[in-house]
Amino acid sequence: MTEITVTTNKVQNLVGSNLHVWGWEVPVYLFLGGLTAGILVIVSYMILRSKGKNFAQTTGRLVFLAPIALSIGMLALFLDLEHKLYVWRFYTTFKITSPMSWGSWVLLLVYPLSILAILGTFREGFPKIFARIEGFIKSQKILKKHINKFYLLFDFPKKHIKLVAKLTIPVGMLLGIYTGILLSALSARPFWNSALMGPLFLVSGVSTAAALVVLLSKEHSEKVFFTKVDIGLIFVELGILFLFIIGMLSSSAQHQEAVKLILGGELTAFFWIIVVGLGLMLPAFLETMELRGKKVPAAIAAMLVLVGGVLLRFVIVEAGQISSWIKY
Amino acid sequence: MKKKKYGMVIDTKTCVGCGACVAACKTENRVPEGLHRVWIVEEVQGKFPTLQMEIRSERCNHCSNSPCVTNCPTGASYVQKGTNIIQVDPEKCTGCKACIAACPYNARFVTPAGYVSKCSFCNHRLEKDLETACASVCPTHSITTGDLTNPLSKAARLLKKRKSKTLIPEAGTKPNIHYLI
Repeated sequence: MTEITVTTNKVQNLVGSNLHVWGWEVPVYLFLGGLTAGILVIVSYMILRSKGKNFAQTTGRLVFLAPIALSIGMLALFLDLEHKLYVWRFYTTFKITSPMSWGSWVLLLVYPLSILAILGTFREGFPKIFARIEGFIKSQKILKKHINKFYLLFDFPKKHIKLVAKLTIPVGMLLGIYTGILLSALSARPFWNSALMGPLFLVSGVSTAAALVVLLSKEHSEKVFFTKVDIGLIFVELGILFLFIIGMLSSSAQHQEAVKLILGGELTAFFWIIVVGLGLMLPAFLETMELRGKKVPAAIAAMLVLVGGVLLRFVIVEAGQISSWIKY
Repeated sequence: MKKKKYGMVIDTKTCVGCGACVAACKTENRVPEGLHRVWIVEEVQGKFPTLQMEIRSERCNHCSNSPCVTNCPTGASYVQKGTNIIQVDPEKCTGCKACIAACPYNARFVTPAGYVSKCSFCNHRLEKDLETACASVCPTHSITTGDLTNPLSKAARLLKKRKSKTLIPEAGTKPNIHYLI
């Protein structure tokens, strides 16, 4: 028997014997960061494949959501900071060993690239809004002479849209991977201690973005294509989860104990029934039925994938904080 | 100048767990209410009646391979120049809590002002050639501080003479707080 008692008070991060430093803010940010990464990768890839009008949602309107999702995510992250006034300190340095530092600089690359992508696809993506703004400028005397500059604002990125897409793909992938590596670098929490967190979060991000396209698209062919993509990604995600569990089970005692949280431990039911069952397997099944011509509303599977993506982050962030090297 | 490796050698055989180190640290460093840089652990092992108890005064291990420093995105957690002492610069800390999650000893906490804090090895006392507050008040002289690279220091000699251990060495952090067993 071993019994450990802390006879004087310890630090306040522990609730019971579990560390508790990150609440809802971090998983929400990780989800939205992953979703943004997925949007950027999908949009850029489809632009490079010249999908154009066939995939109007993806190549035209979707990228608009990237900076919005990311900004909401960053707001959540900001809310999590305890020393908020010093947030600018992220941008006065670069720490090569800290994934958070990498991430904060990658976030800065995402904004200009997604704005260029938005401008470059705006005329086709939002023709009515474009026409309205154009009409407004033409009707105003002061603005009228600047109409060429207005066109240039959209035409220049449009001309170079493939270059923008080529740059956006690696940045998007870096963003997706970083949201996972951010956790795996925190070596004191064995549950996070797997480099597979990087690919897992990236694939989950692209999968949720594909589900978002299915949810928003009005074109049948586009819906079908991304339903197929999503099914593929869900299976890749399940494969990565399987490898993650094998990796943990064949690692040190602390890692084995950590992964038992989802193999019989307190998070088992939540992880397998809600995250894997309702968030991955059920939507994959519904999407397969859809492709076979069964009448299933596409929105249900897509919503499940999105909610599953959020809950996957929640369960992983929570499990990591429960797992530790010492229990006090 | 050669880098100094400050360490503590804490004798679990003489420590009675009185908590004087906890109180001294709190007063010396004006640690906010409810928060502690030092804590006492009692570990009981065995089966009645052959029980064995080890009492340890624990704190930040000022690790030579410190995950709190490598994970800090702003450089707020840093290694004090010329030493192995890990410090926190409140002016650089954003309160992101990555260092808290990175520390296997759970030695760090957030102060009410928002920045992260922990044991500073009483560097303000070291500068004046004084012992750390915890060591200076220990009634059983169980805490010895010193430069572990200097073989003549009392701490180094104790380590040479007695059996010792560090906490969770398997985490790979190379801790510098040693426990005599």
